[in-house]
Amino acid sequence: MEHDAAAKQSHSDPGRDAWRREIDLPSERGASRLVTEDLLEQLGAHGWSPSDIFSIHLAAEEAIVNGIVHGNKLDPAKKVHVSCIVSRDLVRIEVTDDGAGFDPASVPDCTAEDRLTAPGGRGLLLMRSFMTRIEYNAKGNSVLLEKKLEPGES
Amino acid sequence: MTTHHRIDVSKVGDVTVVKFIDKKILDEASIQELGVELFGLVEQLNRKSILLNFTGVEFLSSAALGKLITLDRKVKAAKGRMKMCNIRPEIFEVFQITKLNKVFDIRKEEAEAIAAF
Repeated sequence: MEHDAAAKQSHSDPGRDAWRREIDLPSERGASRLVTEDLLEQLGAHGWSPSDIFSIHLAAEEAIVNGIVHGNKLDPAKKVHVSCIVSRDLVRIEVTDDGAGFDPASVPDCTAEDRLTAPGGRGLLLMRSFMTRIEYNAKGNSVLLEKKLEPGES
Repeated sequence: MTTHHRIDVSKVGDVTVVKFIDKKILDEASIQELGVELFGLVEQLNRKSILLNFTGVEFLSSAALGKLITLDRKVKAAKGRMKMCNIRPEIFEVFQITKLNKVFDIRKEEAEAIAAF
C-alpha cells in the first residue's frame, strides 16, 4: 500500500518463511479479533517473547480500534484494511481505514501534568512506545507499525 | 441485589475488593459493561474504599484505561479512596508509559494495599 516503498527501502525482506495476512475488517466493535487471534498465534510460533507479544498485540489493537471507531466512525459501509507480516525478527502491521484521516501531530500529549487524566492520546502513545517504528501516511488514514527484534534479544 | 458480569466484588473489612473476570480487557462491549459495573460501586452502592486487584489480568487496552481514570475521578469526587494491586509487569509498564502510575495509588499485593487504606 502507500507505505510499501518506504518500508522496503529501510528493511530487508522478511523472508519466505514469514507469515502474511491481508484482511478487510468490518467497522464493528470487537472486529479486531478476526486478525489478532491469528497474529498472536503466529508471533508465538515465530519465537517472539511473551512481553514482545503483549506490546505488539496492544499496538495492533489500538491501531485497529482507532481505525474502526475514530477513522470509520463505526460506519458499516466502511472497512479497515489490515496487512500483517510476521517473521522471526520483524513484525510489520499496516492498518488503513476508509475515513478522512487525522493529523497525529494534533493529538495533545497525554503525559503533560495537566492532561494525565484527560481523554485521548494514550493509544497513540502506547503504539509509539512499544513499536520500533510508527508512521502515518500524509492523509492520516493509514498507519504502519513495525517492531524489529533488537540484536542480542532472542 | 446487584449482578456483576465483568467483576467479582468482595469485602475485606471496610474495603471493597474488585477482581476482574476477563483475563484480557480489550473488547469494547465488555469495557462498556465494565465501566457501568465499576461506576455503580461508587454511584449506587456508595463504596468509599475500593481496591482493584488485577490478579489474572493479562492485557488491557487504552479504552480500559479510560474507564479506570473515570472511576478514579468518581471515587475522588465522592471523597473515597481507590488503590490498585497485583499488576503484572507488562501492564505496569503501560501505566508507566502513560504516567498513570502518578495518578493511581499502585501497591504490590492485596494485604499491603488494604493496610494502606
